[in-house]
Amino acid sequence: MRVTMTVNGRPQEADDVWEGESLLYVLRERMGLPGSKNACEQGECGSCTVRLDGVPVCSCLVAAGQAQDREVTTVEGLSGEDGELCTVQQAFVDAGAVQCGFCTPGLLVAADELLERNPEPTDGDIREALSGNLCRCTGYEKILDAVRLAAARTGQAV
Amino acid sequence: MADQPRTAPARPGTSAAAPGRIPTSLTQGTGSATTKGGIGESTLRPDGILKVTGEFAYSSDLWHEDMLWGYTLRSTVAHARILSIDTGEALATSGVYAVLTYDDLPTEVKNYGLEIRDTPVLAHGKVRHHGEPVALVAADHPETARRAAAKIRVEYEELPVVTDEASATAPDAILVHEGRDDHHSGHVPHPNVVHRQPIVRGDADAAAARADVVVRGDYVFGMQDQAFLGPESGLAVPAEDGGVDLYVATQWLHSDLRQIAPVLGLPESKVRMTLSGVGGAFGGREDLSMQIHGCLLALRTGKPVKIVYNRFESFFGHVHRHPARLRYEHGATRDGKLTHVRCRIVLDGGAYASASPAVVGNAASLSIGPYVVDDVDIEALALYTNNPPCGAMRGFGAVQACFAYEAQMDKVAAELDLDPVEFRQRNAMEQGTIMPTGQPVDSPAPVAELLRRVKAMPLPPEQQWRTTEGADVRALPGGLSNTTHGEGVVRGVGYAVGIKNVGFSEGFDDYSTARVRIEVINGEPVATVHTAMAEVGQGGVTVHAQIARSELGVTQVTIQPADTRVGSAGSTSASRQTYMTGGAVKNTCEAVREKVLDLGRRRFGTYHPAWATAELLLEGGRVVTDGGEALADIADVLGDESVDLELEFRHRPTQAFDLRTGQGNGHVQYSFAAHRAVVEVDTELGLVKVVELACAQDVGKALNPLSVVGQIQGGTTQGLGVAVMEEIVVDPKTAKVRNPSFTDYLIPTILDTPTIPVDVLELADEHAPYGLRGVGEAPTLSSTPAVLAAIRQATGLELNRTPVRPEHLTGA
Amino acid sequence: MEFLRPASWQEALAAKAEHPAAVPIAGGTDVMVEINFDHRRPAYLMDLNRVTELQEWEIGADTVRLGASVPYTKIMEHLRTELPGLALASHTVASPQIRNRGGVGGNLGTASPAGDAHPALLAGGGQVEAASVRGTRMIPLDDFYLGVKRNALEPDELIRAVHLRKASGPQQFSKVGTRNAMVIAVCAFGIALHPDTRTVRTGIGSAAPTPIRARTAEEFLTAALDEAGLWDSRGPVPPSVAGQFADLVAGAANPIDDVRGTASYRRHALGVMARRTLGWTWQEYRDAN
Repeated sequence: MRVTMTVNGRPQEADDVWEGESLLYVLRERMGLPGSKNACEQGECGSCTVRLDGVPVCSCLVAAGQAQDREVTTVEGLSGEDGELCTVQQAFVDAGAVQCGFCTPGLLVAADELLERNPEPTDGDIREALSGNLCRCTGYEKILDAVRLAAARTGQAV
Repeated sequence: MADQPRTAPARPGTSAAAPGRIPTSLTQGTGSATTKGGIGESTLRPDGILKVTGEFAYSSDLWHEDMLWGYTLRSTVAHARILSIDTGEALATSGVYAVLTYDDLPTEVKNYGLEIRDTPVLAHGKVRHHGEPVALVAADHPETARRAAAKIRVEYEELPVVTDEASATAPDAILVHEGRDDHHSGHVPHPNVVHRQPIVRGDADAAAARADVVVRGDYVFGMQDQAFLGPESGLAVPAEDGGVDLYVATQWLHSDLRQIAPVLGLPESKVRMTLSGVGGAFGGREDLSMQIHGCLLALRTGKPVKIVYNRFESFFGHVHRHPARLRYEHGATRDGKLTHVRCRIVLDGGAYASASPAVVGNAASLSIGPYVVDDVDIEALALYTNNPPCGAMRGFGAVQACFAYEAQMDKVAAELDLDPVEFRQRNAMEQGTIMPTGQPVDSPAPVAELLRRVKAMPLPPEQQWRTTEGADVRALPGGLSNTTHGEGVVRGVGYAVGIKNVGFSEGFDDYSTARVRIEVINGEPVATVHTAMAEVGQGGVTVHAQIARSELGVTQVTIQPADTRVGSAGSTSASRQTYMTGGAVKNTCEAVREKVLDLGRRRFGTYHPAWATAELLLEGGRVVTDGGEALADIADVLGDESVDLELEFRHRPTQAFDLRTGQGNGHVQYSFAAHRAVVEVDTELGLVKVVELACAQDVGKALNPLSVVGQIQGGTTQGLGVAVMEEIVVDPKTAKVRNPSFTDYLIPTILDTPTIPVDVLELADEHAPYGLRGVGEAPTLSSTPAVLAAIRQATGLELNRTPVRPEHLTGA
Repeated sequence: MEFLRPASWQEALAAKAEHPAAVPIAGGTDVMVEINFDHRRPAYLMDLNRVTELQEWEIGADTVRLGASVPYTKIMEHLRTELPGLALASHTVASPQIRNRGGVGGNLGTASPAGDAHPALLAGGGQVEAASVRGTRMIPLDDFYLGVKRNALEPDELIRAVHLRKASGPQQFSKVGTRNAMVIAVCAFGIALHPDTRTVRTGIGSAAPTPIRARTAEEFLTAALDEAGLWDSRGPVPPSVAGQFADLVAGAANPIDDVRGTASYRRHALGVMARRTLGWTWQEYRDAN
């Protein structure tokens, strides 16, 4: 089947999609957007997190056809047109929150949405918002640092 | 047509000539005008920006025009004779390009293995564990490949399974490998024992007679999985010369190459390997997974083949940490000095050897921990069973031992009515202590100091879950599941310390290679570093750039992708890469520097006497004297020339352990960490919240302090995981894995992981580059027993098993 | 496989009538895992995301009509007052990402004993609104769960909504998992005090082939509260009563040993959760005076 959707503000189309393909597969293998990651494909790790009509979801649990005509934002859509990193991306680099980096795209999408919703999160809020995103390398401390840093920088900017 | 998936169209912006996404070189400046970006600074990762934008090409992201998808059919039973395999229907499936079984292997080399070549590329006549590869399919869509694989008919005749020491070493036990003929088979007590290492030193019997207290314990360590997030994957591209280009996530390119090429019947020069992005490793990528399979399918079909495991398959696609049964006896005198230790460590190696022999050597030689004990009687062995194969995982044999000896240390302290930290400090090893192997510890061993430091850290406040609006369940045992608002919650505090060897031991020729070039680009000197080091997330690439800046005085450094065009870097394991490949980069940079200075002397030596007389350095883009006087710009010295060298670097040689006594200078360096765990346990429901896990570790020299702390926090968290939740559960009757998923194999979330304050000590090891000490593994050792000790203190239970499950804490 | 995209509820019912084997997919939590891991290859996959009324809820005088696809996040945010037990249970479902997409219809459709919503639904009480081209029928929740992953739906039926009693008193939900977030229940317990009828209802998850109520425990507690006049006096529940209630809840379960936990632990934990949640709800009832 053919699936069309808007990804990171651009119209995207894929043909010959098998009906059992996930949104994750279509993004990664058919649309040239492999930033969203395939760590578990069972909704237990968050590495495939994208925003579907603004809402963070596991793209591995969205059938590709369900994304028809909808708006998808992936990690590739976080940075500006000129390639400038968004606040959360820069904070992850600066705070040492990236090791192997496989969990990073999903965490960035989740953290970016958290700060949009709650610009001054407590540590408890950060932990809860990111509790669906597994990281195996960092022990999460630097990820917390990064989100705190991004929140502080966002606060300073306004 | 709806049921017939078709292959994906070409991705936009990709060419047919090369994989659509391939590893690229990383160029990095210092990031700031005020820093040099050299060693000792917390410079940022050169791959960081690619990783936060989603552009970093992991092995599962690779793509090639016209590529096929490979799929592996695996055994559904643990131990069986294969009576027949019928691939006819699978081959006839539209969209299928190849179906391969054992009979299709092209050469007489049909097995591989890290040390013992006992692992079939595809099962031959027999499967020995659940999930063993039996057949391969290549098709134009992953679903087509899966459907075709489902049509392969394999007829099994099930065999009895051996799953533990009793069943594996019974006189009439079925042999996992009949007709063994490897370098360990001659000295093992039973063919189902992979390797056995005793260590005998002093006279344990006589020492036991002096003991005022003797404490015994039996301990069980569950099977832990590396659970790296990036699944096994890679892309094999057939080449016009009959060879193959393989892009893959691994820990050691050259070790893979050595195992792959003979099976393919190709010279190593025709198997060109490039490291793609690696989504974590932790030991789980030391063994091969899809490498040979992908190459076989690519060579057979003449098309690029990509294989990506899903999470279920990943649990069968790599080895795990050895589960262990450990029996210990410690004796001590009334004044708190250990008299002797006797122990026996039985590791379950599963169906294939993998790294089991080396794990046995580690478990034996590090079995008593960082303590002074002159009289020991130690035995460690690994079994062949029909359980999943076990091999390398962060901590490598030292983890299981640390869990047991630290539990013992607490028990002895309790018997003596001594503070557990004080008791450990009284027996703590120091520089000069003789190991059970007879090897003196010849660099700082600040064991007592590390314990002092974790103990001195302020304790987290009690009951942080209390808020003005009631209990914050996120901070309580059970977390979001809302199981307690404070009822039944008891705090406990526990300590542990561990010792891990750094680098490959027991006489292994452990070396690494670095190629370094310096040249002028746009008027500026630029260094290029090329190694085969597997960057698996640890930050080796960051450190290499720092070393090049420090040694060559440059700002811009380019890190080339790791591949087999340069010599071996050895494995990214054993906490060795900063020491070994960092050492190789340093070593090569120093030689490059000498060449640059020679060039300078030839060109400018006559203009200033210091060229001949002074100690010269490269700093800030210039040649300077040790007095700080600038003699020339490096760019002027080089002109149009470049200096380009490839050199090997070795650590001091080590010796094998004597097979009977275990004596020998087997290790090159040790790494020490201590933890203090603070937990809150819901004693009624048996649920645990780790409130804080403080760590103190000696790193010799922190080349990148930010990365060092990240390693320590990450290692600590993996230790926490195996303390309270992580275990691969294998059915003892069938030897089948019961929880191969992230639904039932649980790793800690951010709500399970506490604050992890880290105190880094830097006592230089004079034998090591910059005095550094390997960092990655030590924090994984002591974290688990510290958490267990804290839970014991909270509950008063003995808890001789890890992970602790709720039913162990409630008696239900 | 064929992908069906009904644009309206009527289209969905027509499609289900034409293809009774069609598997409805909304949040995807269960269905996509089965597809990704090759456990299921339905001939038809029917997307319900386009049927917007499934994502809506209506608050009536006595009940809430909760659309089958209202995401758990919305239940947590908007229905805490009307459906406190379900709101608490919703908060324990998987991860934030899944709570953003999954709804009660999925839990009911799958009818796994481990579904987090079930104990709260059973304790709160209500009916499933099942519809087909033949018409609509209301299935009491008590009659909905028939066996392991089996429910009372006919092949041509879809779940339109659940009609849940608005809370007239405190409700609680508690679940044991071996991780502090994103975990499948080892076992779970829901309790609802219904001061309007002076009854107590419960729900047990992951401790029997289906979600169940602990009816003997409910009857015991309802009678004990009544006899002691506690609904009026709002006095404390005697520890002996709470203890017996806990024992009866534990006894109502029919758990098994599996990779997530042992049967005996499940019974034990249910008893502890029953005692604690009774304590919390009763305290809230007393405080509300």
